[in-house]
Amino acid sequence: MSQPQLWRFHGGLKLDPRTAGPAGEPIGLVPVPKRLVLPLSQHVGQPAEPVVSPGERVLKGQPIARPGGYIGAKVHASSSGTVVEIADHAVPHPSGLAAPCIVIETDGLDEAWSGYEPVPEFASLSAADLRARVRAAGVVGLGGAAFPTAVKLGAGSGLKLLILNGAECEPYICCDELLLRERPESVLTGAQVLLQALEIDRCCIAVEDDKPRAREALENAIAAMGESRIEVVAVPAIYPEGGERQLIKVLTGEEVPARGVPPDIGYLCQNVGTAAAVARAVLHGEPLISRIVTVTGGGVVRPRNLEVRLGTPMADLVQACGGYTEGADHLLMGGAMMGFPLAEDSLPVIKATNCVVVASREEIRPRQPAMPCIRCGECAEICPAQLLPQQLYWHARAGELDQLDDFHLFDCIECGCCDVVCPSQLPLTQYFRYAKTELWARDRDRIRSDLARERFEARQERLEAEQAARKRRLEEKTRAAEKTRGDEAARKALIDDALERVQARRARDEDAEGNDDAGSGR
Amino acid sequence: MISAIIVIAALATAFGLALGFAAVRFRTQGDPVVDRIDSLLPQTQCGQCSFAGCRPYAEAIAAGEADINRCPPGGEPTIRALADLLERDPKPLDPESGEIKPRTVAVIDEPACIGCTLCIQACPVDAILGAGKQMHTVIASECTGCELCVAPCPVDCIAMVEEPVTIKTWKWPKPDEVAPAAERS
Repeated sequence: MSQPQLWRFHGGLKLDPRTAGPAGEPIGLVPVPKRLVLPLSQHVGQPAEPVVSPGERVLKGQPIARPGGYIGAKVHASSSGTVVEIADHAVPHPSGLAAPCIVIETDGLDEAWSGYEPVPEFASLSAADLRARVRAAGVVGLGGAAFPTAVKLGAGSGLKLLILNGAECEPYICCDELLLRERPESVLTGAQVLLQALEIDRCCIAVEDDKPRAREALENAIAAMGESRIEVVAVPAIYPEGGERQLIKVLTGEEVPARGVPPDIGYLCQNVGTAAAVARAVLHGEPLISRIVTVTGGGVVRPRNLEVRLGTPMADLVQACGGYTEGADHLLMGGAMMGFPLAEDSLPVIKATNCVVVASREEIRPRQPAMPCIRCGECAEICPAQLLPQQLYWHARAGELDQLDDFHLFDCIECGCCDVVCPSQLPLTQYFRYAKTELWARDRDRIRSDLARERFEARQERLEAEQAARKRRLEEKTRAAEKTRGDEAARKALIDDALERVQARRARDEDAEGNDDAGSGR
Repeated sequence: MISAIIVIAALATAFGLALGFAAVRFRTQGDPVVDRIDSLLPQTQCGQCSFAGCRPYAEAIAAGEADINRCPPGGEPTIRALADLLERDPKPLDPESGEIKPRTVAVIDEPACIGCTLCIQACPVDAILGAGKQMHTVIASECTGCELCVAPCPVDCIAMVEEPVTIKTWKWPKPDEVAPAAERS
């Protein structure tokens, strides 16, 4: 293996990998659950819109919701059964709130739908056709962010390199490693499809240097396929290398501009799991209905990776891992660094669920009380986005949110490195999350107030125009009355005219009784 | 001496003419300060500030006739933004103008509505749809929650309902407000 030159991203942490347990086990399967709960919003962008109704029978892989906009993704039934309701259910989200979900009562037959045509010889397909197939299959980024893949594929032209991200983002997660070890061919085929969809011919798969078995499996598969466009690169395992900006910096030495995206500098980053899902979608016509999830932590008997149907309750995953240990205390989705706590284990697995951590009491260190910031600067040293966390913290704490944009708050990837190194145990990341949602809320308010102003002004204009028209009519009448002054016959004609008009209106009103419009009375 | 006076006088005349011309030629339409104040106000048009809408209030602030702390729907962020713009010190909301409440939306109890159109006439943003002797309804996405439609209703069929928090509008709490959670292994 030729090892190209590598760079280093700013800051970051060397964390002990905690994947020894799950990485030693093969990928397991979770049986079809009795009930599947499929949220309509499992991705970044607009929620999907249901295309089935309660009572309808659906097959495995059948589309049950269509994208709600360009940035959106379809949802498919993960097994066959009957749609029992479309209603709000709790979903895995830091807020713990409920959101619209489609609930399917499974029938255990797992009967497959065959609406998507499999194309094993995908070389004949055009880039647009490939994108359409990826979109139809509801594929989103499986690294955890869940951005619709087809949108990402359509974003760039003149790309230099496709980067497949096999660098796990967190010390607890190893679903990508297991995928690479057990199914390297599917990732490589996915890479080939993506290269064709992007019309470029260089791909690099980044795998951390402490995962030699994954690299070996990939290289063997590349040799067997005789594929020369794809290379495997070992990258040093430094958290948060799984972040696409950090990985691009390591591989190329280039930096994605603030508020920009990787295609701006010629790169496109996809998770290896996404590549495998793309391969399945195009070659086998299988939509995204399952994913690999790492179930780990001291709270489960046998930590391992599982292939899980979307919509399966997390309790079933724990069951498949031998159940809870006595010390099980805390349920997290998405890893120990960036994950968020979940209130209950009945929540469904969604497209973004890369990891479920069941932490034991010993693993959770209660947070020490926060002390005042001493301006030591450790956080700025460690920040992989090269921000000034303490500066952001001061402004966020004081509620001076407008200044935060000047310090590039929105480039914060919420990796939590600053929390770890802060000697005062300040909850920095939570301040940044708070400030981000608060600023988004203000943006929404601004849009609404602009709309209200527009409508208020339009109404004001209309009222003024109406008043002016009324005044004009009155003036005209006065002038007509002036003209007939002294002329008895003309005055009488005018009065008769008015009487006739009133009578005509009364007759009309009687005809259309009850349909009188208040507007016409004015 | 004489020449100096002449030069100064000539310069003064030239500049005077230039400034006079500029004042006529580049006259600004309206008051830009009013626009900037108006853009910071929440546009509920509720009149709690005692002015007939956000723009009149903005005009009054610009003219120095009203204080910056009379807008309950805008709350503290608006007062702070106004203080920033006008380089004044922020101050707490004037209790006379009302209290800070969560954002609400008017909802008409439709079976009870008699179709009198009084609320339609009261709504400052035309967010109520209906006609005489026809049931009325509120276009929720356009309603600013100003409550001006509540009082005119003769049958009291309009209620102000708090907007539910959804995943899209949910906000992370500010850290000090939550109990220190066990976190991070």
